[in-house]
Amino acid sequence: MIFGIPIQAFMGQILIGLINGSFYALLSLGLAVIFGLLRVINFAHGAQYMLGAFVALLALNWLGLNYWFALILAPLVVGAFGALLERTMLSRLYQLDHLYGLLFTFGLALTLEGTMRWYFGASGQPYAAPAALTGAVNLGFMVLPIYRGWVILASLIVCLAVWALIEKTRLGATLRAATENPTLVQSFGINVPMLLTLTYALGAGLAAIAGVLAAPIYQVSPLMGSNIIIVVFAVVVVGGMGSIMGAIVTGYLLGIAEGLTKVFYPEASNIVIFVIMAIVLILRPAGLFGKEA
Amino acid sequence: MKFLYVTAATAALLAGTATAQEVSDGKVKIGILNDQSGAYSALGGLGSVEAAKMAVEEAGGTVLGMPVEIVAADHQNKADVGSSIAREWLDAGQVDAIMDLTTSSVALAVQTLAGERNKVTMITGGGTTELTGKACTPYSFHWAYDTHALAVGTGSAVVAQGGDSWFFLTADYAFGYSLEENTTKTVEAAGGQVLGSVRHPLNTTDFSAFLLQAQASGAKVVGLASAGTDTQNAIKQAAEFGLTQAGQNMAGLLLMISDVHGLGLQAAQGLYLTESYYWDRDDQSRDFGNRYKERTGAMPTMVQAGTYSAVLSYLKAIEAAGSDDAAKVSEQLKSMTINDAFARNATVAPNGRLMSDVFLMQVKSPEESKGEWDYYHVRATIPGAEAYMNPAESGCPLVTG
Repeated sequence: MIFGIPIQAFMGQILIGLINGSFYALLSLGLAVIFGLLRVINFAHGAQYMLGAFVALLALNWLGLNYWFALILAPLVVGAFGALLERTMLSRLYQLDHLYGLLFTFGLALTLEGTMRWYFGASGQPYAAPAALTGAVNLGFMVLPIYRGWVILASLIVCLAVWALIEKTRLGATLRAATENPTLVQSFGINVPMLLTLTYALGAGLAAIAGVLAAPIYQVSPLMGSNIIIVVFAVVVVGGMGSIMGAIVTGYLLGIAEGLTKVFYPEASNIVIFVIMAIVLILRPAGLFGKEA
Repeated sequence: MKFLYVTAATAALLAGTATAQEVSDGKVKIGILNDQSGAYSALGGLGSVEAAKMAVEEAGGTVLGMPVEIVAADHQNKADVGSSIAREWLDAGQVDAIMDLTTSSVALAVQTLAGERNKVTMITGGGTTELTGKACTPYSFHWAYDTHALAVGTGSAVVAQGGDSWFFLTADYAFGYSLEENTTKTVEAAGGQVLGSVRHPLNTTDFSAFLLQAQASGAKVVGLASAGTDTQNAIKQAAEFGLTQAGQNMAGLLLMISDVHGLGLQAAQGLYLTESYYWDRDDQSRDFGNRYKERTGAMPTMVQAGTYSAVLSYLKAIEAAGSDDAAKVSEQLKSMTINDAFARNATVAPNGRLMSDVFLMQVKSPEESKGEWDYYHVRATIPGAEAYMNPAESGCPLVTG
């Protein structure tokens, strides 16, 4: 017994928190990459997550491509779309205040959502989990659907790979240098605008992966992005804007905090993350993992 | 000679007025007002409009020799939008009666407004018992179901089937509370026990944490005091987390065949629910269901079948009363026996409540289902007098005086 809750129920809730945390981590990672390297607050992130889920759905319905293809196809399609946006529109806003990027991406999110709503209606459409991942295993303290276990695993792998790419490789070092001092890096013969485009595409692609992972769990609906994006922004703020490891760790931690709140005081479960955000902002304005500005 | 002209003209005029008294404006116009784009569009929506048209066709397209016309509009689940459409219809559009009225808040607003104008409302979509309680008017009818019947149907019948311990997953707002409260009363009155409840925010996408609590409670029945996507998500995820397979039964307190169709039998199997219409009940209901499906591609919900019955009964009442005057038609409706594909030998209570049978259903498993739309076992038939509130206790001023 922990705080009057049987240990088994407690374990179950922690595991469920980890599943939700996986989505928070994946999405906030993409946001952190884009903000950290481009200094753009990407409000279209939720819409890109939604587009990822729709690519999976439409690939299945129109082309007959299964889940595993969708997992590769969706980030490529949404990433390419992101690259196009960055090249044609977003890159023109870099010289201006951050606020312009925020307003642009916010407007973009509303447009994308409205368009999808026009075509597909507001109610969600089901997307079946791949046959290899259906069923459940009994862990003793709870029944874990295999697909949800896969979500934790997949998100951990993707998060660590992206972190390693940016923090540990030469490409990542160049990227970070390019945002620190674009002129200098350009004089070494590196195409900095191209790097920034690729970075935005990477962020959008990460959102799309999260979207495909989410499709079998939640309904594929035009509004699925706006439901989750506000929470994800809170995660990024708590983790520290632009800190990649911060975003990952905070994503999982807040998922668990939310899961436990559902046991102790369920009515507060949809605001607990914002309460934590407020407390963190008061005590550590730069976020848990942020460098003091 | 002049005298003759004047007499003839006066006579003609009188004759004109005489017909006008029978059917105002020379036609009968029925408005179907409901949600046609949002969360409730599948259970009512354009399907209700089609059902109304079927009733008109069945009546031959005319009543007392005058044409019958159906008009329809989307109230977007907003009371203000619904009220302004209703006002326009009744004041300027020559609409004689408004039907369907999904969403209780809109139904209450339009029923009051129509009552003030001496116009008939026959509500099939809205669920609150207040419509036949405090808010009743001499011209208002509640036709398809209400929250009392849902609670009595699913609540007591499930206890009688052996489901005597309950745990509620309740949507954290007024509708959820009242549904939980109503159902708790019936469960306890039937000798059942409520082991606990947990309140989830409206529009919850992930129910796993709440479902684990329901599982840990050991209750035999998990009651879902919610609606729409919340209910659907909870049911889907209950199957995923093995609640259903482990022997716990889910009871959706407001679920219709359109929801079951959306969920699929794999996720919905074993579920208890209450509806006042099921297409596969007998020959008459099958005939209507199949004709409706040919036109719309889906089997009707109780709201859609109820709208068909409401339109049909309204036209029959006009025919019998020899007039479309609201007072005469309402009196006629309350004195006749309703017999159609939806209601059998049902009477209408003084507060406007149609006392038709309701059915406790259990959703079949994919193996048990013999074909498309073969979704329910009918577990119990609850007579209208048991399902609905006693009119004398409804609080309707027409009954209590």
